[in-house]
Amino acid sequence: MKSPAARNWKTGTLSIGLEWLIPILVVVIWQWLGSAGVISQRILPTPASVVEAGWKLIRNGDLFVYIGDSTRRALLGFVIGGGIGFILAILNGLAPLAEKLTDSSIQMIRTIPHLSLIPLIIAWFGIGEQGKIFLVALGVAFPIYLNTVHGIRSVEPGLIEMGRTYGLKGFALFRTIIFPGALPSILVGLRFALGIMWITLIVSETISSNSGIGFMAMNAREFFQMDVVVLSIVIYALLGKLSDWLAKLMERSWLQWHPHFRPKK
Amino acid sequence: MASALSSEKINVKPEVGSLETVSSRGLQVDVRDAVVQFGDLTVLRDLDLTIPSGQFLAIVGRSGCGKSTLLRLLAGLERASQGTVSLGGGASAGLRPDVRVMFQDARLLPWKTVLDNVRIGVEGGDKAKALEALELVGLADRAKEWPSVLSGGQRQRVALARALVGDPSLLLFDEPLGALDALTRIEMQQLIERLWLERKFTAVLVTHDVSEAVALADRVVLVENGIIAQDTSIALARPREKDNGFTHYESSILNRVLKRNQTAASNEGFSI
Repeated sequence: MKSPAARNWKTGTLSIGLEWLIPILVVVIWQWLGSAGVISQRILPTPASVVEAGWKLIRNGDLFVYIGDSTRRALLGFVIGGGIGFILAILNGLAPLAEKLTDSSIQMIRTIPHLSLIPLIIAWFGIGEQGKIFLVALGVAFPIYLNTVHGIRSVEPGLIEMGRTYGLKGFALFRTIIFPGALPSILVGLRFALGIMWITLIVSETISSNSGIGFMAMNAREFFQMDVVVLSIVIYALLGKLSDWLAKLMERSWLQWHPHFRPKK
Repeated sequence: MASALSSEKINVKPEVGSLETVSSRGLQVDVRDAVVQFGDLTVLRDLDLTIPSGQFLAIVGRSGCGKSTLLRLLAGLERASQGTVSLGGGASAGLRPDVRVMFQDARLLPWKTVLDNVRIGVEGGDKAKALEALELVGLADRAKEWPSVLSGGQRQRVALARALVGDPSLLLFDEPLGALDALTRIEMQQLIERLWLERKFTAVLVTHDVSEAVALADRVVLVENGIIAQDTSIALARPREKDNGFTHYESSILNRVLKRNQTAASNEGFSI
């Protein structure tokens, strides 16, 4: 007889194992092809040499400095852009006058691919920090804005009416009914925004930078250190996965009431 | 005997003063010459209605006749473009904390537990009071659950607890049982009747089920084209059984709603 805890642990490891099966398989095959000489080291270094390059950069401390620089830019841009998008969305979702005033302008700006502004931004800010943070903020603001507005709109009018009959108004009404009702949609926006945040950062760091992961990749290319180039790509993948995992965690803890996100028993 | 009443007698408007005086807990409602318009559409035209304190009034009528609008007018959710609505003597100014509404859908907040949903109805969100109200509707053991796991009838009971927890003087029901199955409906009717008898609030029930109206109400008014077309006092003892008297009231009101020939139908003893 197995205890239910042991069985749970077993199914838990099994599902995690299934999730990582394909990435691990890819790495194994890649290593094998590299060591067998099918793929040249100059074109694609093997996983082992990428790990070795990573270890070297960890020991001299560069890797953490680069990751730290990139993360700081990403988060700063995310907070600024996400904050602006969120506040605009609340304003426009609740006040028809504000919406009339700003929505069509926002929609117009939204259709511009924000990465096309890079030449302009280099002209304005040089290759300093502001330009990259500005780009991230600009890219992140729209998915947060659109999904928050959509979330506020899709709150059931019946619930708001119910709240009013119970004397809720102003901020209390927002806090009790409108915000929680819009939250599932806001979190979808958050997930999109996290994706855009990393993409924007990668592009802007490769083009103009003197630190960060993008800089590390471009610098390594100059010296033909393919292992470092591949390492930076892997780091981006891991950071992307990390932020997606965080977003999922938020959904799971804040949307427990939603049958879709309830942990399975 | 109620069944011996002629339909003529039933249709006479009751005199407000002559009803037995109930405790003064319930609000008296006076609607005078109320007109409600939505754009060009006039939903209520010069409607007059007085509900004495503590009475259980049912409003019946075909869909679109304005019965829900009348209820929303009493709730303060609609404004009369002409005429007045006064509750408890004073002119009503919109939403009031002693007036509660139960809607056709329970309108529970899915992101709050059952208990927290009921707490919306108490000022200050007193937990003990909310639990007490849940006990009243027999759902104290589900306090920590999410509303999404409850059945339709249970959700309406939570909504009832939420409405009752603030001890309202006027409780308005907008077809709250319309979406429930027949058995749950009967249970809910009994629960509402019991709570009304205990707490003595004034109750107004909008329904298109004439049988439900006769089962619960002291008085049934029929709304037609935005005015009150018929006003019937139900002189039946509680708890009500589906006896001759009951069927008599039911068929007489139903005939009026359907505009069927009254004398012919009342002789046949048909069912719905």
